Amino acid sequence: MFIDLVGLRRGAWALAAVLAMSAPAWAQTELAGSWAARNHEDALERGGGPYAVDYAGLPLNDEGRAKALSYSADQLSMIEHQCGMWPPFYLATGPFGMKIWNETDPVSGTTIAWKIGAWEDKALQTIWMDGRPHPSKNAPHERGGFTTGEWQGTTLVAYTTHIKAGSIRRNGAPNSDEATMTTHFIRHGDLLTVLEIIEDPIYLTEPDIISKNFQPDTNAMSPVGPPCVAGYEGVGEGKVPHYLPGTNPSIDELTKFYGIPREATLGGAETMYPEFRKKIKDKFVRPEKCTQNCGAPAPPPPPAR
Amino acid sequence: MKLSPIFVIAFSALVAAQRGGPPPQEPKAAAPIDLTGYWVSIVSEDWRYRMVTPTKGDYQGVPMTPDAVKIADAWNPEADTAAGNQCKSYGAGAIMRVPGRVHITWDDDRTLKLEADAGTQTRIFRFDKPAGKSEPSWQGDSIAQWETPGGRGGGGGGRGGPNTPRTGALKVVTTNLKAGYLRKNGVPYSENATVTEYFDVVHARNNDTLLVVTTVVDDPKYLRQPFIVSTQFKKQPDAKGWDPTPCSSTW
Repeated sequence: MFIDLVGLRRGAWALAAVLAMSAPAWAQTELAGSWAARNHEDALERGGGPYAVDYAGLPLNDEGRAKALSYSADQLSMIEHQCGMWPPFYLATGPFGMKIWNETDPVSGTTIAWKIGAWEDKALQTIWMDGRPHPSKNAPHERGGFTTGEWQGTTLVAYTTHIKAGSIRRNGAPNSDEATMTTHFIRHGDLLTVLEIIEDPIYLTEPDIISKNFQPDTNAMSPVGPPCVAGYEGVGEGKVPHYLPGTNPSIDELTKFYGIPREATLGGAETMYPEFRKKIKDKFVRPEKCTQNCGAPAPPPPPAR
Repeated sequence: MKLSPIFVIAFSALVAAQRGGPPPQEPKAAAPIDLTGYWVSIVSEDWRYRMVTPTKGDYQGVPMTPDAVKIADAWNPEADTAAGNQCKSYGAGAIMRVPGRVHITWDDDRTLKLEADAGTQTRIFRFDKPAGKSEPSWQGDSIAQWETPGGRGGGGGGRGGPNTPRTGALKVVTTNLKAGYLRKNGVPYSENATVTEYFDVVHARNNDTLLVVTTVVDDPKYLRQPFIVSTQFKKQPDAKGWDPTPCSSTW
């Protein structure tokens, strides 16, 4: 039997090289593509938007709650607030899917940055993977913030700073410009879970933690969107839309429609934890039937006879 | 004939890889992440469906079939209690969404146990297929496997070598369920539902350790598409707050 030792040695070298080179790739995951949102949780919040005073499960401090209650949606018609509803958190709190792609070094092929496309009202987000530092705290804050990322195993972990002050929830519950967000992109096959951990030393007592799920979309999504613009809310010139303390007319909407006690709707860290159920058990009155934003499709009509 | 050492090493590695390498470790020893301990729910999503009993007819977000809507519209919690079905909303399709604490331990080298104080439920995650068919139950039969970079499944912990940081997730597939509720207000899943879950551990910048459980419920009978939610927990240093309570149809 003839054995080509030279060929075998070459093959062994090639095998060793392949094994050595492929090891780092095991620790990364492909994220590129168009991803459709699965808004099965927080469907109202991520769809039409939350009730005007629904801060339940949000760890607001007193100042954050006061600012939230002063908010009037008419502020969307003010040019300085026109994009305030759509900070980077909106990736999870909004309704849309996302398009992700990576920009690579043309020689080495390494990823310089991951990009998450814009939507109509959310800015393009760049996740720098090249080890650059975050800018000075005095650097301008932009709609997409400034984000760096690293792989932790198969999970991409991104850290965003330089966020503009805006809303952590689309009802005026505030975030300050000192807020930061750590985002974990966790992929399991055709399932991508995006976990956001939002910290804000000004308005939150502890992190707000939310997640959203995506699945691959065979329809290509656009990576760009038009700039958000001020809406027309019929606000007279010279008026600053707001509610003074104690005058927010929506404060009891959740109580009226769903029987949820006011102390729950006003949020705070305790509303995030199981013990809070005991506190409100005797105050909760379940309405007989859902009358508003009830979801689910109507059954189809019976077949024609 | 003299073979070069590199050839011998590479050839041996190839042969070992083809034969499956050294015997796989037991799942407990191979665990790429530590799931054990007490974890408390963080209810920052779906608040009105989880922290209180939702109103009849409130189905926001669930891709229900018309048959499912009919069943949910007929929800009668008192009748469920009378029939001994007060645990319908504590089954494997929903239990991770119920506010409370879970306690995860190793039952043996190949079995994880997850106890939930809400409804006093126990889930068993076996890394082996069950020996025989059992009666359907609220928590069903769960098959577990580690998902690790470069190699998924089994108890081997995947490839990566001794210097590769351990990383991965637990995948659990649950079948053989009794029909239950995705939400306490009667949104149903059928006895044919399959629940697939991924357990990931995340370390936050504030030093909290978080558990993220992504749940996919497949049920062609009552769901138009898989129902997908992800649920967060925070690790506790001890059993503080552990409060086993019975199932309730109304709260």
